Amino acid sequence: MNAKLMKSITVAAALALMVAPAQGENLDSKTAEIVKRDFRDKGIAKATRVNQDELQAACSKYVDKLPPKLKAKLEAKEAEAIKYPADGKFMGDWKEGEKLAQSGRGMTWSDKPEDVPGGNCYNCHQLSSKEIAYGTIGPSLLNFGKVRGNGEDIQRYVYARIYNAKASNACANMPRFGHMGILSEAQMKDLVALLLDPESPVNK
Amino acid sequence: MIIKQTYNAILLLALSASFAAVAADSAVTDSDRIEKYREMISDGNPAEFDEMRGEELWKKAAGPNKVSLERCDLGKGAGVVKGAYSELPKYFKDTNKVQDLESRLLTCMTTLQGFTEDEVAAKPFASEKKQSDISSLTTYVVGQSKGIKMAVSTKHPKVKEAYEIGKRIFNYRAGPYDFACSTCHATTGVRIRMQDLPNLSHNKKDAQSAYTTWPAYRVSQGLTRSFQWRLNDCFRQQRFPEPKFASEATVALTTFLAVSANGAEFAGPGLKR
Repeated sequence: MNAKLMKSITVAAALALMVAPAQGENLDSKTAEIVKRDFRDKGIAKATRVNQDELQAACSKYVDKLPPKLKAKLEAKEAEAIKYPADGKFMGDWKEGEKLAQSGRGMTWSDKPEDVPGGNCYNCHQLSSKEIAYGTIGPSLLNFGKVRGNGEDIQRYVYARIYNAKASNACANMPRFGHMGILSEAQMKDLVALLLDPESPVNK
Repeated sequence: MIIKQTYNAILLLALSASFAAVAADSAVTDSDRIEKYREMISDGNPAEFDEMRGEELWKKAAGPNKVSLERCDLGKGAGVVKGAYSELPKYFKDTNKVQDLESRLLTCMTTLQGFTEDEVAAKPFASEKKQSDISSLTTYVVGQSKGIKMAVSTKHPKVKEAYEIGKRIFNYRAGPYDFACSTCHATTGVRIRMQDLPNLSHNKKDAQSAYTTWPAYRVSQGLTRSFQWRLNDCFRQQRFPEPKFASEATVALTTFLAVSANGAEFAGPGLKR
């Protein structure tokens, strides 16, 4: 192989390396453009919902496999924004929590503005042993409190996890119930109780 | 109408019987049950009523220009319906766009028949109260690919690009719940409540069986639902706003899903719970 040919192969290879990621970036921005143009308001679901925050954009771009540095940075940012209850109490009423866990309603274009969003918990998790119609996208939470106890540390941990699951796993499937204003502080406390109260059917 | 209601009643009876029969066996999944009743009614599917309605609409002179759609080119030449769906989406020279079936029908209904886009898109989906012409037309066209292998070509650079963009839309997380299509449809063997979810991005078999069975007659709704409706309702549950009908976004996503189904025999219109 002569030197000239070698050189042109090297140049071509270098160009290909440069072009491949550039094309990806280009397609990413083109996709965002198309999505922003092609979705419209319907009911309470406004077109602006397709505008991504930094975390959503990163998880989309890397298809949920973030480079470790970026992952740590995003998780720290999410954790910093968690607002813990001012009264320092984390446990509410597990009975209300169970009702919330059952409800998959809320925030679709067919929901009304006055509809209270549910927790959607059973859509993805096993919780109470009495409910057999549970989803499996998330891990089973059966006996969650029975195994871990219900001390203050675990209460705080569970509250934070419901408030913003992305603080511990940036591209988790679970919505950020507190961070995005889906559930109220009182509702999140009821869900903490559902998981940790010894009387809750989750722990019976 | 009476025929349809009787049909539904029989179907529901058959369904409950099959549910009862398998209820004792917890290892039987929803998919197994659906497969079972699909077999039970394989001689006929109520979606055929919608296919017939679509065929009449296809052949009937309509619109300001009072012509039928029999000169509509769905990619295999003017008026060729047989096998057309198994190759869509496809690049069309006359519009310089990649088009899926809905988008292409919209072109034909505006250019040949003289309807406005708004008129065609005004009723994109069937409801209990009113049927949808474009939805029935798709049911008809789709039915003409039954038994034909899915073969969507990505040779044209614009189709290749639509596929790439569609894949990105599939993974596009947004909205108050941070959901993307991939939140529910990128893992094998998971479900929401009791509903099994096909893995559309990493499981060829799931992707094929999902795509090739839409449109489908939904027993629980008593309606034939189009593939566009399926996408629309997924976006609703994703807490997204509504995708515009026959938009580039829906065509791109459809391209991604259709290419993922390549090689499988098309089996629609299907039948779902």
